[in-house]
Parts: sequence; structure tokens; C-alpha cells
Amino acid sequence: MTTPLVSIDNLTVAFPIGRKLFGPPPMVKAVKNVSLSIPKGSFVGLVGESGSGKTTLGRAILQAAPITDGKITYDDGERRYDIASLSKDKLRDFRSQAQLIFQDPYAALSPRMTVRDIIAEPLEVMGLTKTREETDARVREIAAKCRINLEHLRRYPHAFSGGQRQRISIARTLAAGPKFVVADECVAALDVSIQADILNLLKQLQRDLDLTYLFISHDLSVVAHVCDYVAVMYLGEIVEEGPTREIFANPQHDYTKALLAAIPSLDPDQRSRVVSFERGTVTVDG
Amino acid sequence: MSLLSVENLSIRFKTDEGLITTVENVSFDIQEGEVLGLVGESGSGKSVTAKAIMQLNGRNTVYDPASKITLHGGPDIDILSLKRERDMLPIRGGQISMIFQEPMASFAPAITVGKQMVEQLQIHTTMSKAQAKELSIEMLDRVGITEPARRFDQYVFEFSGGMRQRAMIAMALTTKPRLLIADEPTTALDVTIQRQVIDLMKELIGDFGMSILFITHDLGVIAQTADRVAVMYLGRIMEQGAVRDVLRTPAHAYTRGLLNALPNLDNLDAPLTPIPGDIPSPLERPSGCVFHTRNPELAPGSRYETEIPPMSEIRPGHFAALFPEDVQ
Repeated sequence: MTTPLVSIDNLTVAFPIGRKLFGPPPMVKAVKNVSLSIPKGSFVGLVGESGSGKTTLGRAILQAAPITDGKITYDDGERRYDIASLSKDKLRDFRSQAQLIFQDPYAALSPRMTVRDIIAEPLEVMGLTKTREETDARVREIAAKCRINLEHLRRYPHAFSGGQRQRISIARTLAAGPKFVVADECVAALDVSIQADILNLLKQLQRDLDLTYLFISHDLSVVAHVCDYVAVMYLGEIVEEGPTREIFANPQHDYTKALLAAIPSLDPDQRSRVVSFERGTVTVDG
Repeated sequence: MSLLSVENLSIRFKTDEGLITTVENVSFDIQEGEVLGLVGESGSGKSVTAKAIMQLNGRNTVYDPASKITLHGGPDIDILSLKRERDMLPIRGGQISMIFQEPMASFAPAITVGKQMVEQLQIHTTMSKAQAKELSIEMLDRVGITEPARRFDQYVFEFSGGMRQRAMIAMALTTKPRLLIADEPTTALDVTIQRQVIDLMKELIGDFGMSILFITHDLGVIAQTADRVAVMYLGRIMEQGAVRDVLRTPAHAYTRGLLNALPNLDNLDAPLTPIPGDIPSPLERPSGCVFHTRNPELAPGSRYETEIPPMSEIRPGHFAALFPEDVQ
């Protein structure tokens, strides 16, 4: 394996639930003692059911969830960030390196901004471009890469369908030129006929822009198609990880087996094998 | 025996931007004891069709005069002619029950699950409160909810996602409906829970002998549950037939496109082929075959751009919206 771009060591993310009059509140560990390496240029999938902690893990890498314990390092050879202890300046710098694609392209785009302004906003906020001409040039460049019709840049998001909106959302994510992207359920809200188009676009952009992805999804068949490495999360822990082919050909953990068996087959005569699996529960400390 | 026939159903919505066509000339039958799958992407009109059967569409809905929905068995009931809420009462929740995608939104949050189950039994049957409670608990047990008597007195927020969907199914079945309409019942669930709910529904079909109209966007779910399937796109049925025929030898380019766009676990190297273009806005409804704007198999200037193709029979019981010369 090549050098990891992101290394996660024994990461724990805990959230308080409720309050107590005295003493610390009880904590629920959304992510428990997780270690994962994301090599440069890889397309790593993170699968699991709702509540498994996959989104929290993705957010922790982007410094958007509290790191209770453990360490996350981002190191591209030139720059190195220790995510748990970033200074303000470093954090700003890191934001141009690592970005997030959201799930719902209907909620992620401001209805009051034109497509051009939506894509330009990160550039302006981070001060990456100096003049308006420079910003426009950058917006056009990234829009073209995301296959957005340049004539659409002056329009507002309401005029676009789900697939087009997701392309706009991806362009905004990539505007600042990040090298690492967390894609959190970015095709879950899309129709089947559009989903394939967005997945192909992500692959294309990975080649064009030399990106590394953490692809979070609950849909194993999608993950199987785009990711080269998969980690399976269950109740806050990574229960199994490995190259996609190995995981899908020969799952080891009972939960992975149950997940794979549960996917409805397109062949009416192939009744999925039902694998029994004893479910655990989330524990609360304190 | 046909239980429900939908004939020439056309639905338009009155909006500020004019009349919007959401369902156009849709016809299908549901036989007794049969599961009919209705698949389509967003905007295909599948939910609007289901809501028309239950008369749940909004006040701005205009049904075309030629539209007809008939519930057979006993005296035939022409559902669209029932104008008063009172007339719908024996049908809605009685002869026909419906379950929805988001069970959290379908239960009242401040009333216990049990009370809601008893309430609908009192509306539709002559049962006493005690009998209704007994039947409800029995049904909760039947759908696999553990400790049903305790759960009966709980609120919906105390249930997990899968349990909520089970409770909704239990509630829909206590009145012994002849038709169950399930609108994306597994979409909001995790795969392992989805599997359990699908298995449960199949079991219940065997036990209760009712018919199901199963609406989903997921062809995999359809393959595992339905006997027959109708594929909808922009308010029209593109293809209809036995599940095996439609999924194995799809006749319409749209059905083929949907199948090719799906990731296939048996062949991870197969490229994902999207259907070109985007779903047109309902305000810019294409002329002719509604799919012609995205159909990669059509040559420019083809008949499909201006003329609406009829439902042609491919093989017995398998129909597709194609001109006869395109039927192989």
C-alpha cells in the first residue's frame, strides 16, 4: 500500500446525551476506537446502516465532529495536519485541501444564489482568487469539468433536476481544489438513471484532478462498483475492511455477510439467503 | 379474478403555472391474491396513481372524464364517482389499506400506537374496545413485534424504524383489507431491515390472501416481491408484464436503461450506463412517446417524437409502449 493520505488511529467520537445536575453527562460513543488508512489516490468506501457512525467518522476527518480520543493525520507529502489540534490558520488552509459532498442536492444549494455564485463562494471565502476575472475563469473551468452547461451559470438552482443539482454541488465542493473529498451518501437521493451518471463523473474527476475519496454509503452494490477498498462499520466500529473484491467474494464478519445477503437480487428466482445475525446495541457510558 | 381495474386513468393538477399532467392514460388490473409492482423514478406518477385509488390526491386534482377505477367483487364500486368523504369510508382503510414510506410521519406522535390501532377498528368494524385491543395485540405479535402487549401502550417514537413499519403493516391488516397499497414501504429502511420487512410481507400475502399494489423505485425489491410489474415514466406505463418476462427480456428501451444503470453485484467490472439526459420538467412534457428525449436507440425524426405508441403485446400478458413494427 502506498503512503496514506489520511491516517486514523484509535479514533473515538463521543457525544453527550442529556445533562446531569452534577458530574459529566452520559456519553454515547458514535465512533469507537476506529483505525483506518486512506491511501493517496484511492476510492475508499465506508458502508454501514443508519446509526453505525459512518457519517460521524467522515465528519471527524473534516474537523466537523469532536475528536474525543485518538488521532487523525492528513499528510500529502508537502503539508501535514494533525486534525485534532489545528490552529485557526491551519484549519483554513486544511479546508482548501479536504471537502465534503452532501447527500441532498435540493438542500445543499442556496435558492437565492446563481449557479455561478454558488460555485464561486468557496473561492471568495477562502480568498483563493484575487480578481473577479480570475474567479470567473476558475468557475468556468470547474463547471466544464463537472459537465455543467456554461450557459446555466447565470440561472438559479430551482431550474435544475436532481442530477444537474448534484453536479453543481460537486463543482462547488471541488472549486477550491481539494485533494481529499468525503462524499456522504451523495447518490442516495438520486434516481437510478441519474445515479450512474454521477458515479461515472466522480470516477472521471478522480482521474482528472488526482482526488482521493472517502465514499460513505449504505448501498453495497454502489460501493462495490466504484470503490477499490471497503470498510464496514457497525455500531461505531469497523468490523471488517479490505479490498472490495475480497470483501464481496469472501466476507468474514457475520454483519458483512448479513448485509450482502440482504441485497434484493434482480433475479426473481434467486431468493437471497437469509443469514441470521444477532444484533448488538449501542452502549452509553456514565 | 380481477380485484381492481384502473382504466384510462389521466390525472392533472391545477397549479399557478397551468394544468400539469402527472398521469396519462394508465390502465392496469390487479388480480385477487396478486402482487403488482409499480416501478418508476421520481415524477413518474406512481404515487399519484396509488393515491387516486384511495382518493387521497389534493383538491387541485382533475381526473379526466374517461378515467375509471373499479373495485370488483360484490357490487362493483366505481371509486372515482364517490364524491363524499363518507362514501369513501368503507373503502379507505376498510377494503383497501395503504402503508407509506415514512412510518414516523404516518402515526400520530402524541397518541399511543395501540390507541390508533383500536380507533380504526372501531370505525371499520363493530368490535368492542376490548376485542379491538386483543386483535391489535395479536396482529402486532403476528408481524414479529416482541412484547406486543407492552408495545401496544407505547408511542411511535419509542419504536425503531423497522418496528414502526411492522406496526404500520399490522395496523393496515387488522381490518382484513382486500387490497393493500404499499408506497415505498422499505425505502427508508436499512437493507437488513428491508429484507425482514419484505419477507414479512410475503409471508402475510400467503396467510391473508390479499392483493398488493407495491410501489417502489427499486427493481431489486420488485424482483423479490411482485408477480407482475408495470414500469412507469412521466405518467405513462412503458412496459407491463410478468416480473420474469419484464426483467429478463425487457422490451422497452426505458426498462433496459433502468436495468443497465443498476450496479450489478455479479459483475463488478461492468460499466454503469446511465440513461442519457435528465428527467424533463413536468412543465415541458415531451410530445409523442414521453421517453423519446432520452432514448438512445431512436434515430432522429422517428415516429416516437410525434405519435404516442400503443401498448403492443410482446408475448401473452407482456405489453410495451411500442409501435407494432418494433415488436420482435
